[in-house]
Amino acid sequence: MQLSVIYAQGSMLTLARRLLDFRILKIIRKQRYTSTCTVIRHRWMRNVPAIYTYISRQCSSQSDKEQFDMSKFPVENIRNFSIIAHIDHGKSTLADRLLEITGAIAKTERNKQVLDKLQVERERGITVKAQTASLLYAHQGHTYLLNLIDTPGHVDFSYEVSRSISACQGVLLVVDANQGIQAQTVANFYLAFEAQLTIIPVINKIDLKNADPERVEKQIEKVFDIPKEDCIRISAKLGTNVSKVLEEVVKRIPPPVANKDDPFKALVFDSTFDHYRGVVANIALFGGQVRKGDRIMSAHLGKTYEVNELGILRPEEHPTDRLYAGQVGYAIAGMKEVKEAQIGDTLFHHRHPVEPLPGFKPAKAMVFAGMYPVDQSDYSTLRSAVEKLTLNDSSVTMQRDSSPALGAGWRLGFLGLLHMEVFNQRLEQEHNASVIMTAPTVPYKAILSSAKLIKEYGEEEITIVNPAQFPDKSQVTDYLEPMVMGTIITPDEHIGKIVTLCLNRRAVQKNMVYIDDNRVMMKYLFPLNEIVVDFYDRLKSLSSGYSSFDYEDAGYMPADLVKMDILLNGRPVEELTTIVHKDKAYVSGKAVCERLKDSIPRQLFEIAVQAAIGSKIIARETIKAYRKNVLAKCYGGDITRKMKLLKKQAEGKKKMRRIGNVEVPKDAFINVLKRNEK
Amino acid sequence: MLPAALRKCRAGPLRCLSGLACRDSGGPVPGDREEVPGLQAEEASLYVHWPYCLRRCSYCNFNKYISRSVNHVSMATCLQQETETLLRLSQVSRITSVFFGGGTPSLAPPSTVAAVLETVARHTGLQDDAEVTLEVNPTPVGVAKLAEFHQAGVNRFSIGVQSLRDEDLSILGRDHNSQHALRTLEEAQHLCPGRVSVDVIFGRPGQSVESWERELEELLLVCDDHVSLYQLTLERGTHLFKQVQSGQLSVPSEDITAHMYESARGILGKRGFLQYEVSNFARHGAVSSHNLGYWKAGQYLGVGPGAHGRFVPRGEGGVWREARTQTLEPDVWMREVQRWGHGTRRRVELSPAALLEEVLVMGLRLTEGISHQHWRRFSPGLDLEQLLGSAELQELQERGLLILDTRGLRCSWEGLAVLDSLLPPLLLELQTHTHARSEPGELTTGSQ
Repeated sequence: MQLSVIYAQGSMLTLARRLLDFRILKIIRKQRYTSTCTVIRHRWMRNVPAIYTYISRQCSSQSDKEQFDMSKFPVENIRNFSIIAHIDHGKSTLADRLLEITGAIAKTERNKQVLDKLQVERERGITVKAQTASLLYAHQGHTYLLNLIDTPGHVDFSYEVSRSISACQGVLLVVDANQGIQAQTVANFYLAFEAQLTIIPVINKIDLKNADPERVEKQIEKVFDIPKEDCIRISAKLGTNVSKVLEEVVKRIPPPVANKDDPFKALVFDSTFDHYRGVVANIALFGGQVRKGDRIMSAHLGKTYEVNELGILRPEEHPTDRLYAGQVGYAIAGMKEVKEAQIGDTLFHHRHPVEPLPGFKPAKAMVFAGMYPVDQSDYSTLRSAVEKLTLNDSSVTMQRDSSPALGAGWRLGFLGLLHMEVFNQRLEQEHNASVIMTAPTVPYKAILSSAKLIKEYGEEEITIVNPAQFPDKSQVTDYLEPMVMGTIITPDEHIGKIVTLCLNRRAVQKNMVYIDDNRVMMKYLFPLNEIVVDFYDRLKSLSSGYSSFDYEDAGYMPADLVKMDILLNGRPVEELTTIVHKDKAYVSGKAVCERLKDSIPRQLFEIAVQAAIGSKIIARETIKAYRKNVLAKCYGGDITRKMKLLKKQAEGKKKMRRIGNVEVPKDAFINVLKRNEK
Repeated sequence: MLPAALRKCRAGPLRCLSGLACRDSGGPVPGDREEVPGLQAEEASLYVHWPYCLRRCSYCNFNKYISRSVNHVSMATCLQQETETLLRLSQVSRITSVFFGGGTPSLAPPSTVAAVLETVARHTGLQDDAEVTLEVNPTPVGVAKLAEFHQAGVNRFSIGVQSLRDEDLSILGRDHNSQHALRTLEEAQHLCPGRVSVDVIFGRPGQSVESWERELEELLLVCDDHVSLYQLTLERGTHLFKQVQSGQLSVPSEDITAHMYESARGILGKRGFLQYEVSNFARHGAVSSHNLGYWKAGQYLGVGPGAHGRFVPRGEGGVWREARTQTLEPDVWMREVQRWGHGTRRRVELSPAALLEEVLVMGLRLTEGISHQHWRRFSPGLDLEQLLGSAELQELQERGLLILDTRGLRCSWEGLAVLDSLLPPLLLELQTHTHARSEPGELTTGSQ
């Protein structure tokens, strides 16, 4: 068991090299961590969610005989809160301690990130999927119901964060006492701040040798305008001062505003799919009560369901008879598809319609990539794996696509880069699928000027995901590209190099402040396209891993975009057509030509590899013709070997893609299309 | 000898229905005046492999063994025994040529060579003028034995000169120097005037086009009427391969070696040596008839450890040609020969389609290419015009790489140098025709 865990982490390292700086640190640390303790797989560690839920349910019905009378928890004794933090600042460890203190789970050495169920979450030290746990906390003669709604740590998953936050009245903002405020701390803070939640700053890891809680308190005061006296210093790992956190949750965070005498009204803030029971919806009650057997209706689809099972999450599912206003729990009501439990939807009694809650904007795909099976015969296996994953991650958009070179596949849309990496990794780990992922692209827009085209599309502003749909300049008033506001926090000695990097990425500096004596926070407006490929890696390497980066959506801005074709002996290769910024066309065209030159073998004639914008050639490489290609010696003893070799070449030839008279091996496409290793 | 079915088929319509027709009868059709050794069912050439060497050449990955104590008596007995067995199995009545290769066959006792030749003569006809070639390492010991080999029946020597540059010979790990080579050459020419060949290697580490040209000119002043030139190929697992991989040595680039080949072809031509195959040049008609047999898909028996053969085992009722390989390791091979009379380790029956592929691949190595007559002998159903009909193959003709005319199919001067890129499309095209066969043994025609 232990071996298998370590093996998986070992293989992760190569993958992770392409990823964010902080993730590397995290993985290495966790590897050490795991290998020193005896790992007995806790049932939470099951990496297939469906199986996990099934097992946990059986356990809960068999072992937990304790029944909860939910009416004992009036609204004033309920606190709904989240923990938000930069990656690896100790959010999940704090959650483990809170669960232990309140008796939700037994206190053992084994509780490592109990709420992070997925293998990828444990390996990367990130939370992908929000989880919920109801804690019972006795304080000054009252028993409080504390609903901890765990949130993802990365802003790629901010839709999850904002979803979780909407069911909360307060957050614990956890900051590492050694590392201080990082880019994600800032992003998460603003999400909570804008939702007008009570924010309790928690400074974690004060047991570390280099911990400097005082400095971090000053940063918090400076950046977030929270008095440093409000900070709680803890060590989640050792449990130091963790009970103080619970006290402050009760004291500072207001109870939800909800009345159990109102009609039933609940927000669906998350949902999962279970093969045995259908959709499991996580709900927060904003009013009234709900019982097993009640007939409820969804505001979004107007469909009626009967509640089969209700309960709270401790964090295992724990069935109860009822749920009351202000409480958080789960409901199973015969919904067969994830779509039926739309996140942000409002549920109510079918006889008592209510004004629906505001809901959420659906998550918007910002990064697109083609995905193809390495071997076309794996297509249907891969399709079912992808479908299973998207069942529990509705934010991935999926469109069938096919490429003459790579065969049948999909064009997938992700919320961001980490989201894409995580999806890919889950596909590999949980479904053992091996795929070719093409380099990510972003959705561009065009404002049409041609009346004919406007009529054709039915609107003036169109989104372009596929370069083939890129309209000609003559038919367009403006092209637009997606922008993001990037936050970089770095030790000040790296400022110079980072400014240069950002300028090369067409970024505009918006702000720069010292958050303490030697750490700087910079804000840059980036074209999203400029950070999707290797920005993190460059940032990481030029700051020796000490910089953190995060970004948020910043709308669209006009940009000088062009369509670039790649030609082989004058014939365009459709799968290599890209949309690029005019200023970057030469550099990227040259790079593609060079990569093609290196991966197309010499042939009987010269091959011109060109990049072109319209009819203008902007880059060229030449693959020279063979002058000699014949085996020197071929006598009686050589025939068998020679025939074998030629047959292999002939077979290989069949698999090549012919463009005009040029034969292009599949590898050449992969080399050009796949994400850069560097 | 010719089965009636074959005759009927060739004379009849394009489609050939009888499985028999596609058997490798090995026999010429009546009126076929083209003389190809080993092409007739009752004829074959004989290759004898001597597996031992004194030392390992740095570029060689052949089946060879460095052994201090060779049991010459057993070796001689076993070679004779296997020759006898295979002769009987093939039922050939005439051996058209013999080639002693290796390894280093010039290390074998001349008596062994004599014994093998006597075995052949005892069991079949070995014509007086049959070509009998021996590969010679030009060491001082070798020179001394040439006369004895000649005495034993060898009438053609193929001398592994490789280079006239001593420093290069040592890089290649050869156990001779240029002086030894010249002396051997002189002696060999004295014994078999007009029937001596030299092997040279180009594309050696550090070699330039100019130094190669000079060396070749020097060689042509002293050599006899036959030259084989080979581009050095780096074979995995050899010492040279490692040296190049590790950067200790560097070999000339692809463009440079192409230039070397090109200029060598020119120089040889000017000195009267006609190129008759990718690597072989001859003047005064001194071509190697044994090697021509391979390129013209004749039958041959392979005797000795690791030797390859291709023949119809008529002795056990076989009708299809087989590709046969003898056991590699000499000691194991000897035990097998002692036990069963032969050391054949692997037999693969060649389908008519597979044989046709070999005809194509080997035949195009010759400058004269494949005549229509020769092609039809193996492919009664599909003629060369039909094969060359596809757009891609048409393009290769238009580009002047392949020539198809009344003589047959052959490479142009430029085409010969890039033959290995011309063969895959030809083989694919051949496959589409032969795969369309509706029953085993039936060759398609182009008329479907």
